Amino acid sequence: MSDRQAAVSPRPGRDGRPMVPAAEPRSYYGRPVLARPVWTWEIPAYFFVGGLAGACGPVAAGARMLGNDVLARRAAAVGVAGVAISPVLLISDLGRPERFVNMLRVFKPTSPMSVGTWILSTFGPAAGIAAGWQLLGLPGRRAGVPAQALAAITGPMLSTYTAALIANTAVPVWHDARRELPFLFASSSAAAAGGALTALTPRGSAGAARALGVVGAAAELAITEVMERRLDQRVRSSYRTGAAHRPHQAARIATAAGAAVVAALGRRSRMAAVAGGVALCAGSALTRWSIFQAGRASADDPEQTVGPQRDRIDGREPVKPAPGERLDVPADAPPAPSPADGPPAPSASGPGMPDAQDHPVAPRRGGYRSPPGS
Amino acid sequence: MSEYQLPTTAWPSSYGDEAQPRVGFFTDTSLCIGCKACEVACKEWNEVPEDGLDFLGLSMDNTGGLGADTWRHVAFVEQQVQVQDAAEGLRWLMSSDVCKHCTHAACLEVCPTGSLFRTEFGTVVVQEDICNGCGYCVPACPFGVLDKREEDGRVWKCTLCYDRLGDGLEPACAKACPTNSIQFGPLDELRAHAERRVDALRDRGEDQARLYLEGPDDGIGGAGAFFLLLDEPEVYGLPPDPVDTTRDLGETWRATAGAAVALAAGIAGALLWGAR
Repeated sequence: MSDRQAAVSPRPGRDGRPMVPAAEPRSYYGRPVLARPVWTWEIPAYFFVGGLAGACGPVAAGARMLGNDVLARRAAAVGVAGVAISPVLLISDLGRPERFVNMLRVFKPTSPMSVGTWILSTFGPAAGIAAGWQLLGLPGRRAGVPAQALAAITGPMLSTYTAALIANTAVPVWHDARRELPFLFASSSAAAAGGALTALTPRGSAGAARALGVVGAAAELAITEVMERRLDQRVRSSYRTGAAHRPHQAARIATAAGAAVVAALGRRSRMAAVAGGVALCAGSALTRWSIFQAGRASADDPEQTVGPQRDRIDGREPVKPAPGERLDVPADAPPAPSPADGPPAPSASGPGMPDAQDHPVAPRRGGYRSPPGS
Repeated sequence: MSEYQLPTTAWPSSYGDEAQPRVGFFTDTSLCIGCKACEVACKEWNEVPEDGLDFLGLSMDNTGGLGADTWRHVAFVEQQVQVQDAAEGLRWLMSSDVCKHCTHAACLEVCPTGSLFRTEFGTVVVQEDICNGCGYCVPACPFGVLDKREEDGRVWKCTLCYDRLGDGLEPACAKACPTNSIQFGPLDELRAHAERRVDALRDRGEDQARLYLEGPDDGIGGAGAFFLLLDEPEVYGLPPDPVDTTRDLGETWRATAGAAVALAAGIAGALLWGAR
């Protein structure tokens, strides 16, 4: 329990007996500085479902334009199904679901959630009308084509704004990845849409879906890597330890396996297409789940909040991996020393349990707390 | 008042003649004796529900931190220090934490319903008849102040006793504070007083004394509730360099637009490849 950490961890003095610690709490009893996001499973589920539906908007429009009606109809159906589920997920996560309509009182560009509400409110009806036209021939071309065009334009926004939503928080592992998360969400949405449509579409008409799934998956894996490399080492630990670790690994495995199966066998075997497509969807869903879990862990860990801020004040560079360095070191191995780090390499304690020995800080400005010679 | 313009909102001009001088708290932790009268007075006045009578084992702290049902929180930090040359001693730091009523308030900026708003006093308040419990403000706050009251579904935090301000009264916590550690007043007066106080403490050899969030130059544009601390902010559970997350929102939106365009382009490419 991080709550139970002692405020002061004594360490031996020069003569070996425990005495005045130069150590002082780098956090308040290891307690979080930030509040943990109160969102529950519905929100990462929506990130997946909404992302998938959004990517289906342009697929439905483009496939129809190119004469692939088989694919277009399936994309329209998946899109409208996803966008029908999305508000249910979102509203059920509210503390006061009956007040969901209060979201429509304002439009605030400073709030990605507000912007997203309007994106979803535009995409939903557009995708619904477009699906009616594509699947049932209703309400006809005059309304169907503009609706499909609107869904094609707002779909990619729906797939990506959710990244801006979580990036625009104080949670280090989300906020510090604000340049990468939108691309990660875009590629993950592409992989999911490609996977779902590969699974649902007869092989002869599914070439575009396979391409979308494979390219999306490759981009998802690459951007995940880039994101992790750009994060401060302490912040990245949110993905490497705790509740996010397993889903993070599983997401990459499912995404890579799904892409490989679809690329190698998707054209020849419907079974393989279904299996690979499902794996791509699972990978995308697990990616969102791991990002969500990493955010919770990051908010809970005062080290991730305080450490980089203290570095900023003291003019130290963030702790980042060298090019080519493997990221998948065991969580409890000592982190590699960084040239900018100054004092000897810290030994990592558990997340949320920083102590002063682990995090060398700038020399004290004197004062009675600093024993001479320490 | 021009010094306290809030660029991200129209305050105070949006209030016209009803605008009031910006008010806030100066919490001088060097005067805090850890009596928790502020916690109690806040709960009583604001009818904040009981949220567990816990024993946390963290010095004298049994509330742990700010939350939906704790709007004032007294931190107790025990430090072993060397006194004079040889003797060991215990130093006790106590500090009453509260919502900072930021100049650039992330909670207010991300609130998708407009429930969070800037009052005519420059403070930040949740309108409980609007809040739908979306929870966005909770991780947006760089201080972890806001939280959802689970049984209620809405988000709650310090209102700086908006109801009392309207009647010309000081907030309950400041009223109850027996040592004047919590001082309430117009922000410019508090800031001037705090400067004098920190200088006086330093003259007395308290050279770690510092003001926290007092000026407009930090990542939140200065707080309406600022502090005099006797050690680094993180020692009290406060972030040393808090930033309003929406300061970086331009960068975030640009990346998001780029990603949306890339997704559309990728889909177009896949469709053309599939149509060969």
